[in-house]
Amino acid sequence: MSPAAPRRSGSQPHGGHDQRIEVRKTYKLYIGGAFPRSESGRTYEVRAAAGSFLANAAMGSRKDARDAVVAARGAFGKWAGASAYNRGQVLYRVAELMEGRRAQFASDVATAEGLPPSRADQVVSQAIDRWVWYAGWSDKIAQILGGLNPVTGAYFNISAPEPAGVVAALAPQHSSLLGLVAVLAPIIVSGNTAVVVASQARPLPAVTLSEVLATSDVPAGVVNLITGRTAEIAPWLATHRDVNAIDLSGAADADDLSWAELERASADNLKRVLRPAGDGLDAVEPDWSAAPDLTRIKAYLETKTVWHPKGH
Amino acid sequence: MAKFDYAPAPESRAIVTIRPSYGLFIGGEFVQSTDGSRFKTINPSSEEVLAEVTDAGQGDVDAAVRAARKAFEGPWGRLPGAERGKYLFRIARILAERAREFAVLETLDNGKPIKESRDVDVPLAAAHFFYHAGWADKLEYAGLAGGGGQGPKPLGVVGQVIPWNFPLLMLSWKIAPALATGNTVVLKPAETTPLTALLFAEVCQQADLPAGVVNIITGAGQTGRHLIEHPGVDKVAFTGSTQVGKEIARSIAGTRKRATLELGGKAANIVFDDAPIDEAVEGIVNGIFFNQGHVCCAGSRLLVQENVADDVVMRLKRRLQTLRVGDPLDKNTDIGAINSAAQLARIRELTQVGESEGATRWSAPCAFPDRGFWFPPTVFTEVSQSHRIAQEEIFGPVLSVLTFRTPQEAVAKANNTPYGLSAGIWTEKGSRILWMADQLRAGVVWANTFNRFDPTSPFGGYKESGYGREGGRHGLQAYVTTGATR
Repeated sequence: MSPAAPRRSGSQPHGGHDQRIEVRKTYKLYIGGAFPRSESGRTYEVRAAAGSFLANAAMGSRKDARDAVVAARGAFGKWAGASAYNRGQVLYRVAELMEGRRAQFASDVATAEGLPPSRADQVVSQAIDRWVWYAGWSDKIAQILGGLNPVTGAYFNISAPEPAGVVAALAPQHSSLLGLVAVLAPIIVSGNTAVVVASQARPLPAVTLSEVLATSDVPAGVVNLITGRTAEIAPWLATHRDVNAIDLSGAADADDLSWAELERASADNLKRVLRPAGDGLDAVEPDWSAAPDLTRIKAYLETKTVWHPKGH
Repeated sequence: MAKFDYAPAPESRAIVTIRPSYGLFIGGEFVQSTDGSRFKTINPSSEEVLAEVTDAGQGDVDAAVRAARKAFEGPWGRLPGAERGKYLFRIARILAERAREFAVLETLDNGKPIKESRDVDVPLAAAHFFYHAGWADKLEYAGLAGGGGQGPKPLGVVGQVIPWNFPLLMLSWKIAPALATGNTVVLKPAETTPLTALLFAEVCQQADLPAGVVNIITGAGQTGRHLIEHPGVDKVAFTGSTQVGKEIARSIAGTRKRATLELGGKAANIVFDDAPIDEAVEGIVNGIFFNQGHVCCAGSRLLVQENVADDVVMRLKRRLQTLRVGDPLDKNTDIGAINSAAQLARIRELTQVGESEGATRWSAPCAFPDRGFWFPPTVFTEVSQSHRIAQEEIFGPVLSVLTFRTPQEAVAKANNTPYGLSAGIWTEKGSRILWMADQLRAGVVWANTFNRFDPTSPFGGYKESGYGREGGRHGLQAYVTTGATR
């Protein structure tokens, strides 16, 4: 390890009196709109794809996961009750802010995933565009997925989608930004709140995203982000009785983790489970650049049907 | 209050021919079990043995799944949707033609009043097939595909396990969407109510449905487990208890099997002080005493606004004394028999717990037949939220009454349950109905009505009441694949 290794930004100290030592960032969790360290006091080393030391990220614990669920539950009512137009604007605002921080995201992604700068820039564009795509769905899904049901008898009968509640997500291990956005945006667009476990080995783009979220209009607690060992945190979320749904996408290539066991644990309160891609017990990380569809939005929706008699 | 005397008005059972014993319906014909045993199904209102049926073993389940696979990969899989739909139309028509026969048989095997099997179960079952028949060649219009990707494709072989409370109706909720979307089926009816499913097998034969498209295997829990865990099953559809639903969710964890689970409930039926009280009382009665309370979406918790609670409970008790409990085949009967000795024991146990925990019990005075399984319409007052009778599904004619003062309190109490299947609201104020409907975490909300069902109307729960919807466009989703999740 070489703690003194220059940061990826290339801001090398100059010689002589102009020499300036870079101010480094402390990478923390994002829970309830705040940036706490892990209550466990633990950190772990995050390294670039090329192997150099990048940071000591917070190593989230069971308690952090539970705090995040409490924050997500607390934020749920207001976020679910916000107008669809408002939620759409809030998600779009995230895209706007990411565009402003494009260089930082591109640098984060290039370092974390070992991509050449042009490719990293392309991934950032895709991630921003993914926010824009999902933002536009907020005020359309009720019409696309709901509607009037022509029942027999003198009744008004209508079905509409509602958010399932608190959704836990294991973010993809490889695609540290685009994959994260592809998993997160469809959770919150319909009014769910999220507890996301960032990519274990590539958590820094997620932390940067949490900094964007904190300064955007996304209310505190709507998105909560935990860095650390996926296999340590995921079981606490799978067994948590106040989590309504879980996305196991990040089980693909996660160390020491069985998505089958997580799904089994999720049955205790009948969580809606979005399984990782792949066949059988295999879990594979999909190509996140592929055009998305409504599957992920639908995975965290409940259909509510309301009846009322007609009369005069 | 003066009481009319009714002369007995029994529906004739001559329309039904029950065979002394039944095999399994596999590959288009009734076959003998290879590794199962036999058990008897009885009439719960008389304890008379109706027939002997097969307790299918693992080998039988395997044969049924293979027959379904063969049909899926054979003629059924190749059939255009329009032609597939015609089979469903045929089934709908035959069910209507033989409606009285099905109604009588359902009442004999289940114990429910003939007026319910005749006017609710059987017509709705036929309507389900008719509704889904029309979908078979229109699936690309159903909004099922994620969009831009591939069109909806069937999953393959569907294993379905259904409960005893609405045997034929639940069969139709399961089989109609499965076939409309091009899947093939192995269905296991409940242990205590196998007969209408076996009669439905004859309907499939009359409709000339290709062999193996629908297979009916009878048996108890172990047969259901064999079916659900069978590696040849691509999708599982279950209606029943939350406990078994969780077992199923665990057993398919780590597989690529899809599942829909329609499980238990503990619905709040919420009565505000501005509601038309007599109408609300009818709604309360329909909510919890329909089908002897053997209804997953039953309004088993009455939440009544405090200032009208005494009046509502008084009128409710008066109304319950006019309900006619007895011979299910009598056309005047309102409340039939409890479905089984085991269910009766469960109801008795929970009502005893209700009394021992301090709630006040009142039961309508009833004269029961000498034999059979009976339980009087029962109301508990002085119930608090922590009482087991306010938390657990009793699945019987037992109502727990709680009170509230404000709409916010009603919402908090209504949602204070791990279940989320249904809810009822009684008020004349439109804006309050819509606000309440938004706040209630339940899949079906009945406002100024209760226990209404329709093939076009999606049904299913939030939280531990299960997942997936049955009915409507939404119900098709669980039976198709539209490509990989991205």
